[in-house]
Amino acid sequence: MKIPIKYNIRSILIRRVGSAMTAVGIGLTVAVVVVMMAMVNGLDRTFTETGDDQNLVVLREGSLNEVNSYFTRDAFETVRFLPGVMRDEENEPLAVGELIVVITHPRKDGKESNVMVRGTSETGFRLRPEMKMVEGRKFRDGLREMIVSQALAKRFENFNVGDTIKINRVDWKIVGSFESDGGAYESELWGGYQDVAQVWQRPIFSSILVRAESLEDAQAFIKRIEDDDRIQLNAVSQRDYYAEQTVSSIGLKALAVFIAVLMGIGSCFAIMNMMYGMVMGRQPEIATMRALGFRRRSTRASFLFESAVLALSGGVIGCALGSLFNGYSAGTSNFSSFSEVLFNFQVTPLIIALGLSFALVMGILGGILPARRAAWIRLIDVLKE
Amino acid sequence: MNKPLIEINELGKVFHRDTVEIRALDGIDLSIHAGEFVCLMGPSGSGKSTLLNIIAGIDYATEGEAVVLDTDLSSLNEDGQATWRNQHVGFVFQHFNLIPVLTAFENVELPLLLTSLSRKERREHVETALRVVRLTDRMEHYPRQLSGGQEQRVAIARAIVTDPTFILADEPTGDLDAESAREVLEVLSTLNSEFGKTIIMVTHDPRAAEFASVTYHLDKGLLTKTVLNGSHS
Repeated sequence: MKIPIKYNIRSILIRRVGSAMTAVGIGLTVAVVVVMMAMVNGLDRTFTETGDDQNLVVLREGSLNEVNSYFTRDAFETVRFLPGVMRDEENEPLAVGELIVVITHPRKDGKESNVMVRGTSETGFRLRPEMKMVEGRKFRDGLREMIVSQALAKRFENFNVGDTIKINRVDWKIVGSFESDGGAYESELWGGYQDVAQVWQRPIFSSILVRAESLEDAQAFIKRIEDDDRIQLNAVSQRDYYAEQTVSSIGLKALAVFIAVLMGIGSCFAIMNMMYGMVMGRQPEIATMRALGFRRRSTRASFLFESAVLALSGGVIGCALGSLFNGYSAGTSNFSSFSEVLFNFQVTPLIIALGLSFALVMGILGGILPARRAAWIRLIDVLKE
Repeated sequence: MNKPLIEINELGKVFHRDTVEIRALDGIDLSIHAGEFVCLMGPSGSGKSTLLNIIAGIDYATEGEAVVLDTDLSSLNEDGQATWRNQHVGFVFQHFNLIPVLTAFENVELPLLLTSLSRKERREHVETALRVVRLTDRMEHYPRQLSGGQEQRVAIARAIVTDPTFILADEPTGDLDAESAREVLEVLSTLNSEFGKTIIMVTHDPRAAEFASVTYHLDKGLLTKTVLNGSHS
């Protein structure tokens, strides 16, 4: 491109109001896209960052998640003593049978939502080192106590430490709150297995979480479970199990793409309109440069560049606006468990790069026709004026 | 006599507006030699600017031929014409046509961006051109910070900075007051007399024509008379 870049930059700056309005318009589009991507990313990360490859989740054969899986205590006894399961210092297998139930509870916005309750034991904590108590203490099985994630406590009524809630006609005392590095457990209430099984009258397990001796043992364990016709269970690594739950974000992803495309098209027209104005207002300048010897392709490249710069400045505004939502906490329905899953919007460098690229693409698409127009103005007509 | 710089034979130009045919130029024969200061005069619509544009390679003749520097301009494509203009033609427009967002220095530097000169060499050329038009003290000024006369002198500096074969000036004093017009004409006259530049100027102004060595009068697309240093032919 032979036409100096400063020509384009100053031309944008000299038309402050028009340029700023276009940039802000593009910025809003980019901001929406960045926020949507941050939301989907946050939701995905909630699942993908949960788990450990050496931990294995055992479910009933055919079940996709813990909510619709159940099996007897006999199966648990068989599974936990299988070869390859890590033992603790007292030579007990590191395995925990857990029961999942779903309750309906009022949110602070007045609506009701489903929440997962996990009946577990101390081993459940040992297998999940990311679980950290931040207030109060752990529950004691038999005393109808529960602990709740801090994220849930902020979103639901009466989930503060010290509160008593009535679930299934029984009073439960909230004795502590926890965090789990933003993972999927932050969408759960935890109580003692015996209490949960008794109150809900389900003397069964939904899942078993076991820790394998090594990754090789984990693979062998999965194979062994698959091949064992006695128990009819399936095992999957804890990380894979949660990664599969990202199906929850499919709807949001589709919505994000739909909105991005729709708003992107609108913004392309806004840029096009602005750039057509730029071209029409600067026809004498274009004709002069062409008369001086600048070729059509230089003119085209110059205006395309200008359009891209304008859009990119909007992209910067949009990314800055979108970044304000980084860490914003929200919840949505997990379509596989039909319970609320909490997540934080996460704006990453990749999302910023995508936001800027999106702006750039809009700038280029919106600039093509005006740049073509600039390249093909009739010198004679313009110079005559 | 030397071979002419510009040789125009039986040149005609016809425009079509809807179904109406407009003959802008008709059977023009003209030869311009190196070092001449030529003036094209005539009423509006006489075809003088059209002739200038054809010589400049930004318009085409529909009849005859315009051979400029041994090149039949109609044989060049758009890009070829652009390169040719950059190498051989310096333009001075009635409305100055400076780029408002560029300083005087940057405006003059523009045609040099198409050459292979280094930044340092470009600076030297620009400073020399601005010195010729006596505007070295205004090189960092934007066009809006200059008077009309100064703007046109910057435009002249831009026209000469590539050391073109000839300068085409279309009504260079049309937007100027008498004093500024005289200054601009003196600069053009100096370029012709001291630097040997060939100048072809379109003007309505008889006082401007006095600076030229030869004046061609056009009327309704026809070359009607030629005036050489005050004597009619």
